[in-house]
Amino acid sequence: MAFSKLQSVAGTAMVAIAAAAMTVMPAQAVQRDPAYASARANGAIGEKIDGYLGIVGSPDPSLRKLVDDLNIRRKASYADKARAEGVTIEEFAFAQGCILIARTAPGEKYQAPDGSWQTRGSGPARLDPRCPSVG
Amino acid sequence: MFGAKDDDGGSWPELRNIALAMLCAGPLMACVNVNAPNDAIVIELNINIKQEVLYRLVDSAEQNIEDNPEIF
Repeated sequence: MAFSKLQSVAGTAMVAIAAAAMTVMPAQAVQRDPAYASARANGAIGEKIDGYLGIVGSPDPSLRKLVDDLNIRRKASYADKARAEGVTIEEFAFAQGCILIARTAPGEKYQAPDGSWQTRGSGPARLDPRCPSVG
Repeated sequence: MFGAKDDDGGSWPELRNIALAMLCAGPLMACVNVNAPNDAIVIELNINIKQEVLYRLVDSAEQNIEDNPEIF
């Protein structure tokens, strides 16, 4: 009786841990604005080498506004972190770009070191040789 | 009287100035040529420094994503 109760408690705990692990992964996607999330998913925008978002195809005004707004907010965050680290905004933004490109999901667009737009496949993204190896 | 005499002799200092200017221009042009490889060395140093900086910034950049998930 006590054993089965313990087992059920352990089972519940394991389920809770598994559920927590599953919700941690897409947490970032959940917090994205729906318009941003869909533009990323359908490849209309992609991650650039310089740490900012870029429009892959023809820029329409609403997409332009979405990208500009996010890039302005990104730059503000880069400025804060760059000051704390004692580097330039461009240096911090580039380091951020390495990580953001490395973390693109399959199907999303990113800029290769030669400046061309690439679709992330199942393998690793093509990073600038200066990028630290990040997962 | 003296003024006219000065004008006649004035062409010599003028020529001398041109010759002097040409002599000076020679070394100056050589200096420009020497500067070209200096620039290339500076660019190379920038790349090396940048790579070191990037490695140092990984933790802070990952923290930035956690702090501002909605913009990434």
